[in-house]
This record gives sequence, C-alpha cells and structure tokens, in this order.
Amino acid sequence: MVKKNMVKKLLLLVAMMTFPTLSQAQLPFIVVASTTSTEQSGLFKFLLPVFEKLAGMQVRVVALGTGQALDLARRGDADVAFVHDTELELKFVADGHAVGRREVMFNDFILIGPQSDPAHIAGGKDIVEGLKRVASSKSAFVSRGDRSGTHAAELRLWGISGIDPHSGKGSWYRETGSGMGPALNTASAMNAYILADRGTWISFRNRGDSVILIEGDKRLFNQYGVMLVNPARHPHVKVELGNRFINWLVSPEGQKTIAGYSIDGQQLFFANAAPGR
Amino acid sequence: MNTFSEAALESARLLLGLDSHLLAIVALSLEVSIAAALCASVIGLPIGAMIAVRRFPGRQFIVVVLNALMGLPPVVAGLVVYLLLSRAGPLGGYGILFTPAAMIIAQTVLVLPIIAALTRQSIEDAWRDYEEQLKSLGVTPSRAALTLLWDCRFSLLTAVLAGFGRAVAEVGAVMMVGGNIDGVTRVMTTTIALETSKGDLPLALGLGAILLLLVLTLNALVLAIRDFAERRYG
Repeated sequence: MVKKNMVKKLLLLVAMMTFPTLSQAQLPFIVVASTTSTEQSGLFKFLLPVFEKLAGMQVRVVALGTGQALDLARRGDADVAFVHDTELELKFVADGHAVGRREVMFNDFILIGPQSDPAHIAGGKDIVEGLKRVASSKSAFVSRGDRSGTHAAELRLWGISGIDPHSGKGSWYRETGSGMGPALNTASAMNAYILADRGTWISFRNRGDSVILIEGDKRLFNQYGVMLVNPARHPHVKVELGNRFINWLVSPEGQKTIAGYSIDGQQLFFANAAPGR
Repeated sequence: MNTFSEAALESARLLLGLDSHLLAIVALSLEVSIAAALCASVIGLPIGAMIAVRRFPGRQFIVVVLNALMGLPPVVAGLVVYLLLSRAGPLGGYGILFTPAAMIIAQTVLVLPIIAALTRQSIEDAWRDYEEQLKSLGVTPSRAALTLLWDCRFSLLTAVLAGFGRAVAEVGAVMMVGGNIDGVTRVMTTTIALETSKGDLPLALGLGAILLLLVLTLNALVLAIRDFAERRYG
C-alpha cells in the first residue's frame, strides 16, 4: 500500500517535471472573443498586463474576425466580446446573445494602395469616389472576405458606391478570406488596393510599396464596442469577472490607458466611452 | 539586407537573449506535442498491433481508412474537436476549450492514425516472419501482439517520432481549439503564424529556425538513446 502511494507520487513528480507549464496553478480568468485588429496592432499586449495586475485576474483573448468572434460568443465559448461592427453588435444584443454593450474606442479605416497608384486616387478625401475609380480602372483590390468588421465596412462602402465588387471576382477583386495582417501581406505583394484599419497598418512591418492613399472621410469611422455574453443563455458565463473587465475598459483609467498606446509617436486608438451610467 | 539574413540574425538574437516569454512558448509547444504523441502511442500502438495479428471481416477496410487518415488535415481535426468541446457541443460542460488540454486532444486525434497505421505495417511484417513459430507455441493473438510490439520497439520509435513531428509542426488544429491565447495556449507554430500576420517576416522565419533546431535536437537525442539501448539490450 505504501509502495503504491510512493509510485503514484513519483509518477506525479515525473509528470510535473516533464510538463511544467501544464501543471501550473491558474488565476481566475475570462475568455474574450476579439478581433484581429486589436490583437495584431499590439493593443492587448499593452493593455491587458495593466488590467491583469490591477484586477488579479487573467484575460484570455481569442482573436478572430468580428463575424467569427460573435459566432464564438453566440456558442457561449467566450465571456466577453470586444469587436468593431456597430450594426452587427446592436443586432447581436437585440437577438439576446449579449447584454450591456458599451462603446470603448474608435479609430478609422484607410485606403491603402501602391505608390504607383494606377487608379489615380491619392490624396482624395472621398472614399466612395476612390473605390469607384479602383473599380473602373480594374486595378487589383484585395478584400478580407472573412466577415470581419473591416470586411463589413468595405462591403457597406461598395454598397454606397453602387458597384457590386463581386462582378470583378476572378479579375481585379480578390477575396483572401484572411485576417488584416495576411490580407495586407497579400496586397503589398501584388501591389493591390485594400481597405485597412489604421491600428493594424501603423504596426504592420511588411509594407513594401504600399502607402495610405485615402483617409479622413467620415464614412471611414471605426467604432469598437464591448459586451457581456448573455448569462441567461449561457449560465457558465463569468458575469462578475466579465463585468470587471468591461467596467475597467470604460472607466477613466481604462480609457487613459487605451489612449496612451502609440507606435512611433502615433496614437492607435481613441477612447470614447460615454461617461459612467 | 534580405529577409533570410535578417531572419538568421533574428533567430540568433532570440537564442542568445533566451527571453523568458519565448522560453514559455517553446516549453508549451514541446509539452503539448509530447503529451499528444504519448497519448496517441498508448492508444495507437495496441490498436495497430491488434489489427496486424488478427484476421476479421472488414479488416482491409479499416487498414485503408487508417492509412487515409494519416492525411487528415489539421484544420479538420481541430474543427471536429472544437465542435465537441464548444459550450454548445456535447462535451462543452467540461469547459476545456481554449486550454492546453484541448490542444493535446486535437493533436492526439491528428497523430493517432499515423502511429496506428505505421505500427500496423511494422508488426504485420514481423508477424509474417514469426507467425508459425508463435502459433506453434500456442500463443494467443493478444500475447503475440505484445511480444511483437516489444520485438519491434526500435522501429516503432520512428513511428512515434513521426507522430510527434506531425504534432509539433501543425498549426491548424492548435489554432482552432487553443485560440492562440498569449501566455496560455500560444505555441511556436501559432506564434509564427501571428508574426507573419503582423508582417514581421524576419521574426517569423527566425522562430521557424528555432523550432526546426528544437525538433532536430530532440530527434538526435531519441536516436542516441535508442542506439545506446540497442547496443546494451538489443
């Protein structure tokens, strides 16, 4: 009997030595379904350590496109969703999948393209006019094609322009079905135009010949919102921990931290939460 | 400077710096994939051996399916495990999605056919040589399978290594069920994918070089142990 116990202990010891990371104790945590732009721009890497230290809990971010992130939340695989597609978010809340949506911050979309600018749109202030010229000159245009917030914004802009980009499929309109970074890699490699969020662009390193061609149109506004997955639908959702994170994001300290994130002196996100309710 | 020389510099810098964050990622990669290879071996070796020594209806079919599953796309393995472990899925109650445990399960699913199929082939070859002898001794098939597993242990090591190699190199399954969460489920391959997404190609390639170096070292180590054991006890 004693011997058996010893063997058990020894096995446990061996397991702990072989798998040190796997046998670590865990802090309380929440899972946040978020977007590739917040992850790949480095915001979370900057923001989360500040919060985690303060709150004594861990925030585990799964970064996907907004559409996929909301799917994850709908299935109950996340406690909090932090995404950027206001229209879709409001519908998500209205459908009862999430509660307590708060706006957190914004940045803007920009139209990126090759320096050679075959569609002659550089310096323009009208994004819709720019897209029209890209389409009429049949210049290569890379689309995310992944139901992300940026993809949704792109499709809305095409909608305003009255052009159906899918008619250009197989020639100038190229859907990559990938995150912001990979799509930018693709666009830069084939000297194509692409709609990107400014945060990812500023932190993106493989720019090649690509530059910002159109910015500043108010239709390029990009709002981020955060919400708690509806605990009435998914009883395992960590309400208290999730709300702690959400409340911190929209608190003065959280907002100040977000505003303080910059790369090469450029601020990436602008905090705009409505003051406390 | 081109990307390749930048990458070489980057990997040298990473190796010399031995950044604790990188070490944790490397450790998790190894732990998850070694655990998966072990789990898959515990299940796959006996299954492969039993299929090799037994004759039953539908056996040929199972052999073909097993061989085909060696080409199971990681994303598909990941998707199946995701749907099982998701809160909306049958095993959702355990809440192990987006944990290392989920990654081990997904990689086990991926690696199991490889280990079972390669074991089946090795044992079947040995069975052909020893069948009459073992049968004349009145050995039961299960006992024969066990004997042959032990007899083929050195060639089966290669099967296990092939399984480990597949696990440590794949990105699709761990990305899907692990979620690439920084500090929790981020491993070498998902880090490489992430850095590629950020357009930091030298860093991504540098990490790739380190992963290769690691796998090479581990294989050399296993081979050395094998050679030693073969000389000593073989």
